Amino acid sequence: MLSTYVPIVGLFALAAAFALFSVAVAPFVGPRRYNRAKLEAYECGIEPVDQPLHGGRFPVKYYLTAMLFIVFDIEIVFLYPWAVANDALGVFGLVEMVVFIGTVFLAYAYVWRRGGLEWD
Amino acid sequence: MTIEAPDLSLAALAPLLFVFGAACIGVLVEAFGPRDSRHPVQVAVALVGTLGGLVTTVLLAGTREVTAGGALAVDGAGLFLQATIAGLGALSLLLFAERNLDPARSAFVVSAAVPAGSVRDRELLTVQRVQTEVYPLATFAIGGMMLFVTANDLLVMFVALEVLSLPLYLISGLARRRRLLSQEAAVKYFLLGSFASAFFLYGVALVYGATGTVRLAGVREAVAGAEGGTLVVLGLALLVVGLLFKASVAPFHTWTPDVYQGAPTPVTAFMAACTKVAAFGAILRLLYVAFGTEEWTWRPLVYGVAIVSMVIGAVLGLTQTDLKRMLAYSSVAHAGFLLTGVLGLPATGDAAGSGLPAVMFYLLAYGLTTLGAFAVLTLVRSGEGEATHLSQWAGLAQRSPLTAAVMSLFLLALAGIPLTSGFTGKFAVFRAAIEDGAWPLALVALLASAVAAFFYLRVIVLMYFSEPAVDGPTVGVPGLPTTIVLAVTAAATLLLGIVPGAVLGLADRAAIFVG
Amino acid sequence: MDTVAAEGLLSASWLVIALPLLGAAVLLLGGRRTDAWGHLLGTATVVAAFVLGLLCTVQLAGVEGHAVDAELFTFVSTGSLDVGAGLLVDPLSATFMLLITGVGSLIHVYSIGYMAHDPRRRRFFAYLNLFVAAMLLLVLGDNYVALYVGWEGVGLASYLLIAFWHDRPSAATAAKKAFVMNRVGDVGLALAIFVMFAQLGTVSYEGVFGGVGALAGGTLTALGLLLLLGACGKSGQFPLQAWLPDAMEGPTPVSALIHAATMVTAGVYLIARSAPIYDLTPTARGVVLAVGAITLLYGAIVGCAYDDIKKVLAYSTVSQIGYMFLAVGLGPVGYAAAIAHLLTHGFFKAGLFLGAGSVMHAMGDEVDMRRFGGLARRLPVTFVTFGLGYLALIGFPFLSGYWTKDAIIEAALDRGDWAGWLLGGVAVLGAGLTAFYMTRLMLMTFFGRPRWTEDQHPHESPSVMTAPMVVLAVGSVAAGFLLVQVFPLDTWLEPVFGVPEEAEHVVAPALVGLVVTAVMALGVLAAWLFVGRREVPEVAPARVSPVVRAARRALYADTVNESLFMRPGQWLTRALVWVDNRGVDGAVNGLAATLGGSSSRLGRAQTGFVRSYALGMLGGAVVVAGALLAVTAG
Repeated sequence: MLSTYVPIVGLFALAAAFALFSVAVAPFVGPRRYNRAKLEAYECGIEPVDQPLHGGRFPVKYYLTAMLFIVFDIEIVFLYPWAVANDALGVFGLVEMVVFIGTVFLAYAYVWRRGGLEWD
Repeated sequence: MTIEAPDLSLAALAPLLFVFGAACIGVLVEAFGPRDSRHPVQVAVALVGTLGGLVTTVLLAGTREVTAGGALAVDGAGLFLQATIAGLGALSLLLFAERNLDPARSAFVVSAAVPAGSVRDRELLTVQRVQTEVYPLATFAIGGMMLFVTANDLLVMFVALEVLSLPLYLISGLARRRRLLSQEAAVKYFLLGSFASAFFLYGVALVYGATGTVRLAGVREAVAGAEGGTLVVLGLALLVVGLLFKASVAPFHTWTPDVYQGAPTPVTAFMAACTKVAAFGAILRLLYVAFGTEEWTWRPLVYGVAIVSMVIGAVLGLTQTDLKRMLAYSSVAHAGFLLTGVLGLPATGDAAGSGLPAVMFYLLAYGLTTLGAFAVLTLVRSGEGEATHLSQWAGLAQRSPLTAAVMSLFLLALAGIPLTSGFTGKFAVFRAAIEDGAWPLALVALLASAVAAFFYLRVIVLMYFSEPAVDGPTVGVPGLPTTIVLAVTAAATLLLGIVPGAVLGLADRAAIFVG
Repeated sequence: MDTVAAEGLLSASWLVIALPLLGAAVLLLGGRRTDAWGHLLGTATVVAAFVLGLLCTVQLAGVEGHAVDAELFTFVSTGSLDVGAGLLVDPLSATFMLLITGVGSLIHVYSIGYMAHDPRRRRFFAYLNLFVAAMLLLVLGDNYVALYVGWEGVGLASYLLIAFWHDRPSAATAAKKAFVMNRVGDVGLALAIFVMFAQLGTVSYEGVFGGVGALAGGTLTALGLLLLLGACGKSGQFPLQAWLPDAMEGPTPVSALIHAATMVTAGVYLIARSAPIYDLTPTARGVVLAVGAITLLYGAIVGCAYDDIKKVLAYSTVSQIGYMFLAVGLGPVGYAAAIAHLLTHGFFKAGLFLGAGSVMHAMGDEVDMRRFGGLARRLPVTFVTFGLGYLALIGFPFLSGYWTKDAIIEAALDRGDWAGWLLGGVAVLGAGLTAFYMTRLMLMTFFGRPRWTEDQHPHESPSVMTAPMVVLAVGSVAAGFLLVQVFPLDTWLEPVFGVPEEAEHVVAPALVGLVVTAVMALGVLAAWLFVGRREVPEVAPARVSPVVRAARRALYADTVNESLFMRPGQWLTRALVWVDNRGVDGAVNGLAATLGGSSSRLGRAQTGFVRSYALGMLGGAVVVAGALLAVTAG
C-alpha cells in the first residue's frame, strides 16, 4: 500500500536535494561581479525606499491588491479547464460557470464600490 | 466524451440557498445600498435568510436524500442540526443588531482598518455610524455551518469548514471597545484555526490516499473492506484533531478563552452556540458514517478526550475571574459532556441509537442557554464597556433583580440543575453513555459537573449574597432584539427542562444519518 | 356500588368545585384591584356553589341507585397508572357537599363582618375559597388520588389560614405544627394509595372496592391502618391530636369552618368512604374504635382544664370527632350515626365558634374566660345562639346532639360483648364530661360577676355576624330531629353503606336516653357546684390536684411529642451538623483547595502566546495519532 507513495517520496527527496545542492554549490562556482542593481533586494518591481511611508509599516493596500489578484487568478484557473471541456460539460457546465463568475463578480462589485481599487 | 451532470435537488438545497443567497444580497447591499438605511436593510436581509433557512429545514423534515452528486446528505440529523444552527444564528444576529446598550449604538467598530488608539480611531469612537459588514459575514458563517453538518464528502466538509471559519476570524476582531484585545483574539483564532484546518486537510489527503475516495460512504466501504490500515488511522486522527479544535475540546481548546474574551460579546455568543453545533454535527457524521465500522478504533480516543476536556474545563473554570473566560471554560467542559454522548450507540439503519439524539438535544439546549448567558453579559456595563469581571457582578441582584434572576436561570441550566434544559441534556447524554457500558465515563462526567457547578453557583452567590460595589456597573435597558433573545432563550431553557418530551421525541425521530 | 353516567345538572357538578376555585384565582391574581369587592365575590361563589349543590342533590334523589359518576378528563396517565379526574356524586358526597357549601356560605357571610377591619381581608377570602374548593374536591373525587389532591389542598389552605396573622410568632408556630403533624398523617394516606396501586393496579373507588376482596388479610389490615393514620392526622385524633387546639391561632371563622365543621371531619369521611376495606379487616376496625374512644375521653378531660375559650371548644371538637371515629369503627351499624353526628356537630360547633368569635369581637380579642363573666346581658343574641349550640352539644333532650350522640351510644352498646359495654361506658362518661366543661364555659363567660377591665365595652356584633349565628342555632336545635326522625339519614345513605342488620337492642333505647340525660345532668350539676357557685378567680389557681395539672398541660401530649420526637430529632440534627462541619466540610474544603491549586497550576499553560498554544495542539495531535495507532496495532 505505502509503496505507491515511493515515487512521491523520491520526488520530495530529489527536490530537497536540488535545493540544497544549488544553495550550497552556488557560492563556490558562481561568478562574483557586484554592481548597484545586484545589491537591490529585488531586481524588478517597485523601487525600495529607505523608510516605509508614515514610518514603520508598508501600506496595507499592497496586500489588498495582491489578494484581489489572487481572486481573479483563481477564476482564470477554473475558466481554462471549463473552456477546454465545454463540449463535454454542456449546459450544466455553463450554468455552473455563470453562477461561479456571478459570485466572484459580487465580490468584485463590493471591492469596487467600497473603494478597494483606488490607491489613495 | 460527455460528462454526466450530477443530480441536484434544489428542494433539499433550499435552506443553504436561502442563507447563502441572503449573504450574497448582503454583499450587494453593502456595495450599492445608501449608507443611512444600510443597517435596517442588512438586519432584515440576514434575518430573512436565516429564518428562511429555518423554515425550509422544518418543511424538509423527513427528507432522507443524498444529493449534489453525493456531496450533500440531507437527512434527519442534518436537518435538525441545520435548523438548530439557523435558529441560534438568527438569535445571534438579533444580538448583533442591538443598538440600545452601547452608547455608540453598536458593539462593532466603525472602521476596522483604522489602527487602534490612533487619532482617527478616537474620533470614530463617539460617532454613531454603524458597521454593517458583520451581517453578511455572519450569514456566510451560518451558511458554512449549515453546509458543514450536511457535508457527505470530506472535501465539501473542508470547504464548509473554511467558509464558516474565515468570517468568524474577521468578526472576532471587530469589537468597538478594547480593540487591541479583540484584534489579538482574531489573529490568534486565525493562526490556530489555519493550523487546525491544515491538520484536517492533511487528514483528508491521507484518507483519500488510503481509500481512493473522499465520499463518507465510500470511506466506510473501503474501511470495512480492511483497506488502508495505518494510513487511514492516521488520516482519521488528523481529521478528528481539526474538528475537535472547532468544537474547543481539550487539549485543542487553548484558543477558546482568549478568543471568547476578546471577541465582541454577541460574536462570542454566536461562536459558543453555533460553532459548537456545527463542529459536533461534523464529528458525529464523520465518526458515525465514515468510520462507523471502525468504532473500536475511535472509541478509546473519544473516551480519553472527553475526560480530559471535562476535567480541564471544570478545573480551570474554578479560578477564572472574568465571566467571559469562565463561560469559555464552561464551553470546554460542555464539549466533554457532549463527547460522552457521542459514545452512545449510533443509529444503524432504522434502529434509533441513543447517542445521536442525545447529543442533538444537548446541542440545542446548550446553544440556547449559552446564547442567553452571553446576552445577559451584554447588559451589564461599566464606563468603557461591558463589565465582565466577576467582582463587578457583586450584589447585582439588588441593583437589577430581573437580570440577576435570568442570569441565575442560565447558570443553573449550565450547571445541569433539574427543571432546566441543562439537566435534561446531561441526563440524555449520560444515559446514552451508560447504556453503552461507558459508566466510568459517566461517573467522571458527574464529578466534573459537580466541580463545574461550583463556579456557576459562585456567580449566583455573588449576585445575591454580596454587598454591591459602590462604583458598580450599570444594567442597561435592552432594546427589542436583545429582549427577544433573552425571552426566547430563557423560555426555552425552562421549557426544555420541564416538558422536554416533544423535543426529545423530535430528536429521536430525526436521529438518522444517510450516506 | 353501581353508578350511572351523569346527566343534566349533575354533569355540571364540577362547577361546584370550579366556582370557589375561580373565586380564589380571581382574588389571588387580581391583587389589590379586587380589594373593594373581593369579599363579596368570595361569598357569592360559595353561595352559588351551595345552590348548585342543592339542585344537584335534589336531582340525585331522583336517580336510580342514587350514585352518579361524572368523568371529566384524564388526570395522570403514565405506564400502567391511569387516573381519571372524575366526580362521584352519591348520597355520602352530596351530604358533605351540602355541609361544606352550606356552612361555608354562612361563615363567609360572618367573615365579612368579622374581618371588616383587617387590611388583608381579600387574601383571607381567597384562602377561604381555596379551602372550600379543595374540600369539595376531597369529597367529590371518584378516586383516591383526587381525594389526596383535595386532602393536600385543604392542608395547604389550613396552613395558610392558621398563619393568617403570621406576624404573631404563636400563629406561625401553630401553622408549622399543624403542617408537620398533618404531614405525618399524609404519609400514611400516600402509602395507602401506593399499596392500592401496587396490589390492585387502580386507585379509583370502584376498582379498589371491587378488587379488595382478593387481597391477603395482612395487606388489608395494613391498608386500613395506613388510611387510619391519614385520618388521624387530618382529624386531630390520638396520637396526632396536638395540632388542632394550637390551630385556634387562626381567625375564628377559620376555626369554625375548617377546624370544627369541615376539614377535621375529612378523616371520618375517609374511613366511611373506605367502608368496603374496613368491612374486611376487623383488626384495623378495632384500632379505629380504640382511637375514637381514647380521643373522646382525652378531649373531654383536657377540655375541662383550659381557660381559653377557643381551646376548650377545640378540645371539644377533638372529643366529638372521637365519637364519630368510634361510630365508624363500629361498622355498618355506626356509619349513618357517625355521619349524622358529623352533620349536627357541624351546625352546633360552627355556631359555638362563631359565638366565641362574637364574644372575642366584643371583648377586644380576649380569649381568657377568667376575664369574661356576665356577658349574657351585654350580648343577648350571642348568648341565645351560643346557649342553643351549648344545649345541642351536651345532648339536651330533643336538641340535635341528643339524637345523634344517643344513636352512637346505642350502637356501641348493641355490640353486646364486653367491648360494647366498655365503649358505651366511655361514651356515656364522655357525655358527662362534655356537659361539665361546656357548662363551665357557659358559666364563666355569660354568668357571674363581670371580670373584664375598665376599658372594655362589650357590645353586640353587627347583624352580618349575628345572622349566620342565628341560622346555625336553628340548625343546632332542629337538625338532629330532622335527620333522625323526619328525613332518616340512614335511609338516604343506604346506597353507600347498605342496609345494616337490625340489631338486637341490648339496652332499650329509651333507657339509654334516660341514662345519658341523667349523666349529662350530673355533669351540669358538677359544673355548677365547682364553678357557678363560687367566685371565679381572675388568675388560674396554682395549687391544684395532679389531675388538673396534667389536664392543663393537655395530658402531657406536647411533652411526649417533644421528648419522643423533637429532642431526638434535634440530637440527630446536631450530630449530623457536627459530622458535616468536621468530616464533610473538612473533606470538601480539602478537595476545594486541591482543585483550586491544580486549577491555577494548569492555568499557567494558558500563557496567551499563540506559539505555545500551537505547540500544545501539535502535542495533542501527536498523542491522538499515537493513541489511535496504538489501539489499531494492539
